[in-house]
Amino acid sequence: MVTLVFYLTAAVAFVSAVVAISHRSPVVNVLSLVVTFFCVAVNYALLGASFLAAAQILVYAGAILVLFLFVVMLLNAPEVPPATEPRPFQRWLGTAAAIATALGGTLLFLTWRTALPSAGPGGDAVALGRLLVGPYLFAFELIAVLLLAALVGAYVLVKRKH
Amino acid sequence: MAIPTTHFVILAALLFAVGAAGVLLRRSGISILLGIEIMLNAANLSLAAFARQHGQLDGQVFVFFVMAVAAAEVVVGLALLVAIFRRIGSIDVDRLNALRW
Repeated sequence: MVTLVFYLTAAVAFVSAVVAISHRSPVVNVLSLVVTFFCVAVNYALLGASFLAAAQILVYAGAILVLFLFVVMLLNAPEVPPATEPRPFQRWLGTAAAIATALGGTLLFLTWRTALPSAGPGGDAVALGRLLVGPYLFAFELIAVLLLAALVGAYVLVKRKH
Repeated sequence: MAIPTTHFVILAALLFAVGAAGVLLRRSGISILLGIEIMLNAANLSLAAFARQHGQLDGQVFVFFVMAVAAAEVVVGLALLVAIFRRIGSIDVDRLNALRW
């Protein structure tokens, strides 16, 4: 059952990710990325990371992609026309680089892996929270500062000058 | 039965490759940001998988931080896109060929 769910969500995540980068309509891109993020959230749940699964849906599907949709609609369907000058080999170079990344990363992992210990417990939100306000407290506070800086920066960037 | 970590890593590699292809092949600024988001998600997935592998929660803490940084990144990136669109009326990154106005 768990295996079936994993392979199903993995396939759906891959296909919708491909649609998200290959379809011409920006709205379709963003909406199929929602599907990818939901499948990744299911994978977090399979890994025992229930808090991350919830955070994935709240932060990615709930906040980031709504922001994407706002911008897509604010910019009024900004479809990019076909390239004016021919770029014969860049396309194939990019595809080859992406495939090499996938195959190389996987092969490197499969070749160099040592005997992995058996999987431990996934943990829960309470333990994660204790880690966040314990050893990682400084980084946690820095994240707050970073989000504030991003908020102010975004406002300054899109402010209309009078 | 539990899914082996290897399978999660392979899925993460595939998603990362799709995101990298999006960044490398598309010329729309929004598609490039979407590709970056896919790559960040792939890295997050492998972090969570290795956190379970080692039975420790530090990997999940890193996923949390990466999510927060991704949110900040996408906010600034989209604001830049809006500013670029107002300036040149397009989000085609091929048309960004000036360092200053």
